[in-house]
Amino acid sequence: MADAIVGGHAEHGEPTLFISRSRIVDVCRFLKDDQKFVRLSGITAVDWHPADPRFEVVYLLHSLEKNIRLRLKCRVAESQCEIDSVTGVWRAANWYEREVFDMFGIGFRNHPDMRRILMPHDWEGSPLRKDYPVHGFKYSYQNE
Amino acid sequence: MRETILHTDTISAEEAEKTGFQTPQGNGRRMTLNMGPQHPSTHGVLRVVLELDGETIIKAVPDIGFLHTGIEKECEVKTWQQVVTLTDRVDYLANLSNNLVYALAVEKLIGDIEIPAKAQWLRVMMAELSRLNSHLVWLGTHALDIGAMSVFFYCFREREDILRILEMFSGQRMMTSYIRIGGVALEPPRGWQAAVGKFIGAFPSKVDEYEELLDTNPIWTRRTKGVGQAPLEVLLDLGVTGPMIRAAGVKWDIRKSEPYSSYEKFDFEVPTRTENDVFARYRVRLSEMRQSARIVKQALEGMPEGAWQADAPKIVLPEREKMKTQMEALIYHFKIVTEGFRVPAGEAYQVVESPRGEIGYFVVSDGTSKPYRLFMRTPSFGNLQALPALLEGRLLADSIAALGSMDFVLGDTDR
Repeated sequence: MADAIVGGHAEHGEPTLFISRSRIVDVCRFLKDDQKFVRLSGITAVDWHPADPRFEVVYLLHSLEKNIRLRLKCRVAESQCEIDSVTGVWRAANWYEREVFDMFGIGFRNHPDMRRILMPHDWEGSPLRKDYPVHGFKYSYQNE
Repeated sequence: MRETILHTDTISAEEAEKTGFQTPQGNGRRMTLNMGPQHPSTHGVLRVVLELDGETIIKAVPDIGFLHTGIEKECEVKTWQQVVTLTDRVDYLANLSNNLVYALAVEKLIGDIEIPAKAQWLRVMMAELSRLNSHLVWLGTHALDIGAMSVFFYCFREREDILRILEMFSGQRMMTSYIRIGGVALEPPRGWQAAVGKFIGAFPSKVDEYEELLDTNPIWTRRTKGVGQAPLEVLLDLGVTGPMIRAAGVKWDIRKSEPYSSYEKFDFEVPTRTENDVFARYRVRLSEMRQSARIVKQALEGMPEGAWQADAPKIVLPEREKMKTQMEALIYHFKIVTEGFRVPAGEAYQVVESPRGEIGYFVVSDGTSKPYRLFMRTPSFGNLQALPALLEGRLLADSIAALGSMDFVLGDTDR
């Protein structure tokens, strides 16, 4: 398991581990089954555009029994914009992974229901990416 | 979702007459029902696609996103202090909890800022008042859904008192933005002790009133007991938090397990139940109202003296009087208003116990005067995911009670 961890730090007393992208499911299963991280608080992502690898997928874990929180991070490159789904470990991951897919365009392999969740199903683009504009609209109605 | 609708298989009037109004057998019994997005008991704009076999729900698929406003994206172009006003709009019933978690997360990133005791106690008091507000709205509307109409009027009577107190403190009834980075927005108004004291003195007897109204109501008890159950492991696995999980027997409250803003100095209990049904959730929330009233009372009686904002001139706006006489104060004011303050690069995840469960804000700063990324882990989003687990295999008529007992706010879900 140790070879799956590629780094870590503890800012403001909050431990964070960097996990290699291919091992995330193994690590999560170990943490849930052996280390009693029963709860998954959420999954999100950070876009570090134009850095490479561009994205960080962040997993927020919580152990009720030990009363500790742990943050896992996986770096995902734009060229290979997908990662394995952890829905098999925590069912809570389902909607959070859909949200990351919707907002950042990161795909989750083996996810049971990989569709947009908040945006309309025919929406184009990933709103929370840094190169996506905050204001403005694609279509102009002024000349119609 | 579109495919689901195409399979809609309803029985026409002629067909029903031909079969002598007999319940059809086999596949004809199946029907897809579209509940919402404008159904009154979805408390907002939630759409649930229900697949029915007779009156039994076979499958429930929640469809969310109707209230998505892109708040997380909007936060990235506002200065740190401006974002406070956006956090209000996430959850209109627990706006002070959202203000609080944001302020705590940013203060964690800033590091060397000390929030005076009075500000911390004011934060606790206001957060608890907004918890009462939220639970009152929940109880009133939930009882209205199930058919107990008068409770609604009783609850909104007390809610009005709370909104008046919030207005007295912040100038706003709902979008208060009262808790800011570095303290609270305004000094407590003159005579606040009397207003809060009058409300909190009368409130416990009002809770007894609601209890009597509902517990002695046979319709209420029969429609809530044994309804909306799901195994505890499933609820935990689906990320359910707050009163929902406490009604299933988990004694977990973030105010106790990870105390913030000096909650450790207050004496209160964490009510739990084990039945894990709609009735248990109602009892837990009712007990929580009593506990919140206790906290407000303690805050009122033991409110420390002193400053209500941190001594951090680069972050907190200077007093108006100082700006007229002191050069530095004027410069700081200009800097804060035009550019905003910078927050050291880093990231933090802060949680608080909202009326609905765990609110967590994951804040990333790149050292500039605007947040780089702000992820809001909202309790309604986490809880709503468990909706199919509560509905599937149960009667359609019970779905309203089960839905209401989750106490979600759709703005909180969709952000």
